[in-house]
Amino acid sequence: MTKRYYLIYDLAKCIGCHNCLMACKDEHVDNEWPGYTLPQPRHGHKWINIHRIERGQYPHIDVKYIARLCRHCDDAPCIKAAGGAIYKRPDGIVMIDPGKARGKKELTAACPYGMILWNEEREVPQKCTLCAHLIDQGWQKTRCVQACPTGALRLEKLTKEEMEHMINEEKLEVLDPGHDTSPGVYYKNLYLYNKCFISGSVAVEIEGKTECADGAKVILRQGQEEIAATTADCFGDFKFDALPRNSGLYIIEILFDGCEKKIIELELKNSLNVGTVFLT
Amino acid sequence: MSFKELKFTATLYGLEKLIRIKAKRYPSYARHLATKDITAQVKLKDNTAGRYYIFKNGNVTSKSGIHPNPDVCMAFEDVEVAARILKPGRNLLDFINAGKNFQLAIQGADDQVMWFLETLNQLFTLGLEYGTDMGKGVKRYTSNTNGGPVFVYVKDGKIIRITPIEFDEKDARPWTITARGKNFTPPRKTTVSPYTLAWKSMVYSPDRLLYPLKRVDFDPHGNRNPQNRGISGYERISWDEALDIVASEIKRVKREYGPGAIMNGSGSHHTWGNLGYWLSTRLRFFNSVGFTPITHNPDSWEGWYWGAVHHWGHTMRLGGAETYGTVEDLLKNCEMVVFWSSDPEATSGVYGAHEGTIRRQWLKELGIKMVHIDPYYNHTAAWLGGKWLAPKPGTDSALALAIAYVWITENLYDQEYVATRTEGFEKWKDYILGKEDGIPKTPEWQEEETGVPARDVRALAREWGKKKTYLVAGGIIGFGGACRTATGTQWARAMVCLMAMQGLGKPGVNMGCLQQGTPVNTKFYFPGYAEGGLSGDLEGTAMAVSLYQRMPQLPTVNTVYQRVPRLKIPEAILEGRCIGYPTDSKTIEGQFLKYEYPAPGYPKVKMYYKYGGSHFGTMVDTNRYARAYRSEELEFVVNQSIWFEGEARFADIILPACTSFERWDIGEFANCGGYINHSYTQCNHRVIVLQHKCIEPLGESKSDYQIFLELAKRLGLAIPYSEGMTELDWCKRMFDASDLPQYITWKEFLKKGYFVVPNPPEELRDPVAYRWYAEDRPKDTPEISPLPADYTEEYGKGLQTQSGKIEFECSSLKRFDPDDPERPVICKYLPAWEGPHTTELYKKYPLQLISPHPRYSFHTMGDGKGSFINEIEDHRVQIDGHYYWVIRINPEDAGARGIKNNDLVKVYNDRGEVICAAQVTARVRPGTVHAYESSALYEPLGEPGNSADRGGCVNILTPSRMIIKKSHGMAANSCLVEVSKWEGEK
Repeated sequence: MTKRYYLIYDLAKCIGCHNCLMACKDEHVDNEWPGYTLPQPRHGHKWINIHRIERGQYPHIDVKYIARLCRHCDDAPCIKAAGGAIYKRPDGIVMIDPGKARGKKELTAACPYGMILWNEEREVPQKCTLCAHLIDQGWQKTRCVQACPTGALRLEKLTKEEMEHMINEEKLEVLDPGHDTSPGVYYKNLYLYNKCFISGSVAVEIEGKTECADGAKVILRQGQEEIAATTADCFGDFKFDALPRNSGLYIIEILFDGCEKKIIELELKNSLNVGTVFLT
Repeated sequence: MSFKELKFTATLYGLEKLIRIKAKRYPSYARHLATKDITAQVKLKDNTAGRYYIFKNGNVTSKSGIHPNPDVCMAFEDVEVAARILKPGRNLLDFINAGKNFQLAIQGADDQVMWFLETLNQLFTLGLEYGTDMGKGVKRYTSNTNGGPVFVYVKDGKIIRITPIEFDEKDARPWTITARGKNFTPPRKTTVSPYTLAWKSMVYSPDRLLYPLKRVDFDPHGNRNPQNRGISGYERISWDEALDIVASEIKRVKREYGPGAIMNGSGSHHTWGNLGYWLSTRLRFFNSVGFTPITHNPDSWEGWYWGAVHHWGHTMRLGGAETYGTVEDLLKNCEMVVFWSSDPEATSGVYGAHEGTIRRQWLKELGIKMVHIDPYYNHTAAWLGGKWLAPKPGTDSALALAIAYVWITENLYDQEYVATRTEGFEKWKDYILGKEDGIPKTPEWQEEETGVPARDVRALAREWGKKKTYLVAGGIIGFGGACRTATGTQWARAMVCLMAMQGLGKPGVNMGCLQQGTPVNTKFYFPGYAEGGLSGDLEGTAMAVSLYQRMPQLPTVNTVYQRVPRLKIPEAILEGRCIGYPTDSKTIEGQFLKYEYPAPGYPKVKMYYKYGGSHFGTMVDTNRYARAYRSEELEFVVNQSIWFEGEARFADIILPACTSFERWDIGEFANCGGYINHSYTQCNHRVIVLQHKCIEPLGESKSDYQIFLELAKRLGLAIPYSEGMTELDWCKRMFDASDLPQYITWKEFLKKGYFVVPNPPEELRDPVAYRWYAEDRPKDTPEISPLPADYTEEYGKGLQTQSGKIEFECSSLKRFDPDDPERPVICKYLPAWEGPHTTELYKKYPLQLISPHPRYSFHTMGDGKGSFINEIEDHRVQIDGHYYWVIRINPEDAGARGIKNNDLVKVYNDRGEVICAAQVTARVRPGTVHAYESSALYEPLGEPGNSADRGGCVNILTPSRMIIKKSHGMAANSCLVEVSKWEGEK
């Protein structure tokens, strides 16, 4: 069975240090790798692009990152558009031939993910090569993977079956699946980017003082259906995550010993902090 | 002729042959020989034996006897001394002793003497191989940075790649900690900080200074035009011209005023390496010249040093905590970690790359509860999760007092520990409960100050009181933005008091967040940079403790007693006077010894020799510094810098220094020594690196060592400054001084470039910090502080305080100034002198600016200068071709001002204006704005010191008032500003 390279990115593990971007620039700026790629411009190009994601409202927010790079697709639109200037290696890496692609600025538009960039100075389209020049020298990791301190980025060489097993095992997803290109880049914990949460705090009045409703029961319903249930923590905080955006009307029920049940109705568009709910 | 005399004569004869053989074998040596024609005599002082060497046209010949007029003469007292010094593998102490006792005299012009000594010394180093051949013309060298050690791949004399170090099979095995049924082992590699991976772009920066420069309208013999500093352009001059000007100015200033009129200081950091850091080469040179040193403020330690020290001592750690063994204790026993003003994922502890990050993954794995207290939803909170509490800047101590209130009123503290291991609790308790001032410090009371809901504080206090909790205050123990507010001393003090109430040192109750305290080998000696390298300075560095005995060198002493506090440089220049308080790590009372500038009998500063990173982005109210540069009081300014940025643009003469990749050095990962003893316990592995000279210095740039040597030659100081040694010779001396030779030969170390120190077996790991204290045993953690005289009862028993215990009521403050309203004898909440309580100012400038240490750059390293780091949108944002510094503002505040994401905004107050790019984010609480300090760039749009800065030095806006009057410390995080959209230059 032929094996190909897959890159796996875990949103929960990424700390946003940008070591991957720095390592990529270190490898490619001012360095030409003949047969692979021309030098990357010092500024402007991000062959791996780390973007900050913020969800929620003060003080219930979370901040994560999403990495975008060439997906090294099995069904790559850029290859179809390039007339031989872009090709796929047997190990799955999609390469731009810098000679054949010279002057073909239109190829930057061929990538539905926007990951082909134009090098103004050398007049050539460029992108992530998955450090093919290093892989061919026996390196086990790409520069971005090597520089990642937490293992948020991983390089795997697997058969299709092995990859499918891993996808199921680790609940991996592809980003922007609508383009249907069979990408070789997979995401773990992608809900941190493409789903949203509902959160809030529950407070009660005890002996004249406002207290956090530690242990309050919080139920999330959509219509009559119970979607999820949770217990408020010692700060009275609760959170329901991985909900689809723009998913309509929800009902939150809050129950706490000795207090009246509280019901909150809301329409979910994006991550939402409902604020502090005072029970009486 | 005695046998010894015969041996002396034979050695001298053999020397000529040896030089010839080496010149034949090594072309580089032959080239060296061809650079000078001189006659060098080696003899006994009484002229009874000797030989002279004639170097001419690259050849050497020699004759027995005494030359009447040699260029260089090396004379030994007698044949015994000569035998000791000339033998291969000589003891360096013999060499130093012979010099100090006038048993070895070297005469001649400095450059000729140096040349002859280099000719001799090279005989021992020629032919040594270094680096690993990777094939295809690529060589892999090793280097070290402020953000971790690295492999450096070089081809055709150019750096092509910089990577972290992945260990090979021969390197030492890692440690394993078993906790809660799991095994935790770090990976066998080093991590790096992002700016470390950007080093290639900084080496080949468009802003590199490649040759010496002179300001076009500076004429040392005519009009100096000081008012044009920061305005006029520069012209290229030769090294000889530059060095001649600087050397003659040094002589002139000393002649006209005395050495006290020469001022020099440094930034808080420099490029890595024990020889090249600011406590080494620089001090050796300036101590030899004589100068008024700029004394460092305890930068980043403010509240700990001026506050916490009085409760528990730890002056050697500037008020920070012991950290030994805490990684294992935390993993095994702790139930909750409270991060208070602590963002290790941004600051890497210090120098710690992502070593702690790897371990904090285990916190998540074990499901340990976490709380983050910070006005900014920081990177550690964002990654690890947990409860975020966001007090208004400068109010943290109110929150802390309210926690203590809950513990006292709900009986949630360790009463037995407080009774037996602390002093003065009753007085503090009375204050907390309101018996002293009628104000109980309740959670509701603090809510008014901090904006944090009372119920959250009660919940936190109860959780903390019930769970075994680690408190991490600051990114390492010490530091933290809260300690750099007007109430920073009170915050740091409160942190100590809270831990004292919870039984500091008991299992699972300690300080830290896995950033420090790994079970690496603390018994293996390798010096940190604060041990002074080759400085010979026994007073201004930690050299006297260990290094001086192990690496004999000529001591150096600055004879000038005058000092200038770094935060008061502008006042010293512009007003001609200022006062300061010392940063003294020896003893608690050291910080009380006020000093004045000018010191009695000393001249005012006339010459400023600036070296290293710029102050515009790192000190406070920094328009002052720009104004000071333009004063006539400063007759001469020289700046020794790698890049043309920041303060370099204010010099009369600029001397181009090279980076650490272009010179030899030696240093350990995250080992600073001195004020963070055993700081390498931040690392998963102790990695000691021979920092290869990977490439030749770019352009005409030179290493700091070489620049100072060239100046020393012009001042007749070359021999005492250099001891006739090259940088590589000094590396070897430091290698020999350490425990490395017990494990690896010099030859192997030089070739491979790094060594991983083996870890001790589990039973020999360091004991847990403060466990000895909690259990009232003699101190068993491996640090020599407090000094013996600072123990009250018996050596090793108790802390550095007068009582030997944690003091809620500080005896040192009672003795010094019990009525100081800014620093009462017990920890109190005092509203900030710039903040919501300063009503008029707050109306005018309603936003509180916090400016923590940057995440992606390190001080001014990594920023600007065409660095890859500028590409990171959370660092700078490119708008219309310019990379702007980022200011973070809450959507509510942004909305009220019509500010959108990536709008250019003017951040301003009465002290100045800075143009930034807005990032609209809920990560800052409403009413607070966040922008990192440490911009490397200072780009005034108009008159320097009096116009808006587009470079991003937000420290232009921060107050220059001392954190408390009787201190030398900044409170940059108590800063009121207003932000509005910037419409461009008017």
